[in-house]
Amino acid sequence: MPALLSVVGLQTPVVRAADLRLDAGECLAVEGASGSGKSRLLRAIADLDPNRGEVRLDGRLRSAMPAPRWRRLVTYVWPDAGWWTDRVGDHFSDERAAAEWLPRLGLPDGALDWPVARASTGERQRLALVRALVQHPRVLLLDEPTGALDPDATARVEAVLRDLLAAGTGIILVTHDAGQARRLAHRRMRVEGGMVREVGEVSQCP
Amino acid sequence: MPLISLTVWDLALASLLLLVNGGASLVLSLGVARPLAIAAVRMVVQLFLVALVLKQLFALQSPWLTLGAALVMGLFAGQEILARQDRRLSGGWSYGLGTGAMVTAAATVMLLGLLVAVRPDPWYDARYAIPMLGMVLGNVMSGVSLALNTLTTAVVRDRTAIEARLALGATRWEALRTVHRHALRTGMMPIVNAMSATGLVSLPGMMTGQILGGVDPHEAVKYQILIMFLLSGATGIAVLLASLGAVHRLTDHRHRLRLDRLSARTTG
Repeated sequence: MPALLSVVGLQTPVVRAADLRLDAGECLAVEGASGSGKSRLLRAIADLDPNRGEVRLDGRLRSAMPAPRWRRLVTYVWPDAGWWTDRVGDHFSDERAAAEWLPRLGLPDGALDWPVARASTGERQRLALVRALVQHPRVLLLDEPTGALDPDATARVEAVLRDLLAAGTGIILVTHDAGQARRLAHRRMRVEGGMVREVGEVSQCP
Repeated sequence: MPLISLTVWDLALASLLLLVNGGASLVLSLGVARPLAIAAVRMVVQLFLVALVLKQLFALQSPWLTLGAALVMGLFAGQEILARQDRRLSGGWSYGLGTGAMVTAAATVMLLGLLVAVRPDPWYDARYAIPMLGMVLGNVMSGVSLALNTLTTAVVRDRTAIEARLALGATRWEALRTVHRHALRTGMMPIVNAMSATGLVSLPGMMTGQILGGVDPHEAVKYQILIMFLLSGATGIAVLLASLGAVHRLTDHRHRLRLDRLSARTTG
């Protein structure tokens, strides 16, 4: 059976020949110092930066599918992702589905009608995650998904991510929080100077 | 009504006004006296040279010479577009895109104006073609420089919003639609404003010239209206072509934003 996501020889000016494999329902934590190329790795997988290498989803080559379709299936979510209109709700491809996610992430019901400027950094971070979730991606590339969140909101995001994993979504998670990596990830990888290497299994907390 | 010919003395008398400006600059130490003097001398020399060239072009009636003069005007205008960009596309795109869009639009509109509307005999008569082209290029140049500058500035400013849309699966055209429309509107604004103000606030130079030259105001106005339509047509086409080209160049076939193809201007 092919892996959910497989990456062979992925190269950009920053990332050097990364190989990785992600199965359905699996979470892979990526660690490394700031500036080591973690975000660059996720951007390259999402095809947001020019890159070389063979990337497949369910065995299907990324290069054989239009880039917008690829990014709906393999979606990169990062902390300072932008907002392009004033109203929060206009950023969602499916507002009704978005409304259903809000309470699970501790966001108020009316948040979709807010102007973007009213949402706090932490609220925006969760809304940006919902923006991706309503499109049902097969793989989520999450860059510090709880960086700006308090413990309660962090726990809610992690609960949602666990549900997604149980439903078969694959997650590559960049996090500085070792506890979060332990709580969510099945395997860990380390990025140093653009080189990516596997550091091993993570013992799962129950 | 015969044309009143101006003598050198008339011009010299009018130039005394510049001495007033220069004097004020010296007294108030504004530092514009020297640039003003240089600009005035340049203006006089350039215009007399143009008069010589135009006289030759009108006398020779050669389609090739007229075409050559038109091309030179287009290339100079392209240089002006380039000079007005804060950020430039890499490689030959920076000059090529603005100039290409402008020349294409100007040529289309000029052919339409000369062959269908004005119909001089021969149709390439430099007496009509060159002054009309001058006006078309001047306006298209402003529109294209504004549109390109707006687009490249907005793309850099809104990078995170554009990439957020791309990451969610928008195509490059969808992701850049907001900035593209903003650039188009900005590029069209001067000609829209010029049309609404014409006749109320300003009397256009060409119309004034014709009236001073003895043409019936009614006839002069008809020419001015024609020119205004040609100008807006050419500006619209050129702004559209240039901005489409810029969006195309600032993204790639995998719908990525390619700001690496844009460089801030280095002022040397």
